[in-house]
Amino acid sequence: MTLSRKQNLSGWAFLAPATLLIVLTSFYPMFRALILSFQRGKGNALTWGGLYNYTRMFKDAIFLQSVKNCFFYLIIQVPIMLVLALILASLLNNKDLKLKGLFRTAIFLPCATSLVSYATIFRSLFAVDGLVNVLLVKFGILESGYNFLNHELSAKIVIILALIWRWTGYNMVFYLSGLQNIEYSVYEAAKIDGASPWQSFWKITVPLLKPTILLTAIMSTNGTLQLFDESVNLTSGGPANATITMSHYIYNTSFKYVSNFGYAAAMSFFILILVAILAFVQMKVGDKRD
Amino acid sequence: MTKGKKAVVYIVLTIVSLISVFPLYWMVSAATNKSIDVMRGKLLPGGELMNNVHSLFAQCNVGTAMTNSFKYALILTVLSLVICSLAGYGFEIYHDRGKDAVMSVILLAMMVPFAATMIPLYQAFSKIGLLNCTAGFILPTLSTPFLIMMFRQSARSFPHDIIEAARMDGLNELQIFFRMFIPTMKSTYAAAMTITFMNAWNNYLWPKVIMTDKTSITMPMLVANLKEGYVTDYGVLMLAVLLCTIPTAIVFFVLQKSFAEGITGAVK
Repeated sequence: MTLSRKQNLSGWAFLAPATLLIVLTSFYPMFRALILSFQRGKGNALTWGGLYNYTRMFKDAIFLQSVKNCFFYLIIQVPIMLVLALILASLLNNKDLKLKGLFRTAIFLPCATSLVSYATIFRSLFAVDGLVNVLLVKFGILESGYNFLNHELSAKIVIILALIWRWTGYNMVFYLSGLQNIEYSVYEAAKIDGASPWQSFWKITVPLLKPTILLTAIMSTNGTLQLFDESVNLTSGGPANATITMSHYIYNTSFKYVSNFGYAAAMSFFILILVAILAFVQMKVGDKRD
Repeated sequence: MTKGKKAVVYIVLTIVSLISVFPLYWMVSAATNKSIDVMRGKLLPGGELMNNVHSLFAQCNVGTAMTNSFKYALILTVLSLVICSLAGYGFEIYHDRGKDAVMSVILLAMMVPFAATMIPLYQAFSKIGLLNCTAGFILPTLSTPFLIMMFRQSARSFPHDIIEAARMDGLNELQIFFRMFIPTMKSTYAAAMTITFMNAWNNYLWPKVIMTDKTSITMPMLVANLKEGYVTDYGVLMLAVLLCTIPTAIVFFVLQKSFAEGITGAVK
């Protein structure tokens, strides 16, 4: 065996375990889920059902509600969060700013909590007897506690607030690292040419950070379509499924009541297709050279 | 910047920082208070911590959940780092057309939502007896495209001269990886460790599916179960949340710097 051939083989040996695991725990199950999505029946007694699960899906009011909810979160929360993260990152990127480290740590800190933890914290804060209501009553804004988690719109808004709280700092760190790759002299030159901070934000920061913005947008979209912990632990999907997410409904269909794996698999494939389409669209949009 | 503008920047950052920290402060403070005081809006820490501790430990098995969470998370982190860094190094250092193609296929796995693989994984794992055990917990996230990508990126900065020199000195390929690559890439490993440990510790959906036994419960599951109770004892609940948060918070503070560095490397 020649030396280069030997090295080539060790290369394959190095990547074999990881690759094999991804095939076995990601691609193969995905393929199995596709087959399963064409099967009908409860538990393990399954028969071929053709497109039954898929047609059922589009007549299932709860499923359609869960899709609507996820898109509501996606359309409202992701843009607010990313813009906020970008603004905070550019504020923190200022060379003359003092206490930079402290601000960064504080804003990034929510990421240290687990999803279950922060969902529980927000559930408690916004409960009828929770702190938010106590304060609103104390300051005379409300006469008695408002049941935020028991009204459709307010429950959705609490989930959005919670998501923004948890993830803005996370995205900000991505932007901060992206900003570090931009030479500071570019900003100074722009300033000498008479550009306002607002102009340099739009003309320098945003275009140069495009790849990072694209990455965070894809990650956030992906995450929003797969929301689970918040729906389960913050609002329990309620009131009347007004906040239930697709993953939460899939979990309920497969594990909470009588398990209907075929139907759940069909719904999970729907998410897969959504994720793929949205990522593709975002890449197309992000790739455009202007 | 003028003084006025600067003041605005400081005020904005201070407000955002306070909003970020406040819920966590409230969690800590509530854990040391009686539920009734928390409901009255008491914001300062109180002296009820030990009572809450007794009450929490009487209600549920915190010891088991803590031990399990640590066991699962640590084993997953160590194995995952070894497997993914070997792969990332392999993809970069020995890259050719074939391996690059494999890498692109692996990256596609990032798009696969967990909901789409969860049910078949559950079926397979229950068939081969992987419910309620460490192997069942770690297998689905042992090899992740993100980590592989991160290590491939950092291997790009690993000088090829060193590899050649090491080969001349008679080190074999695996020795080069363990003796040269791992020590030079400390900050990437630290970042990968942070991310993996936090994800493993915080994982909720998958353990909820496969940890059906009371003795294999994890900390997030314990917190979630606790809030199901009819009457909420905020002091006790927030203590559980606090206990679930302390380990990731420690990891977060110890490795915060390397986390940012690692992300920079991965995004570049």
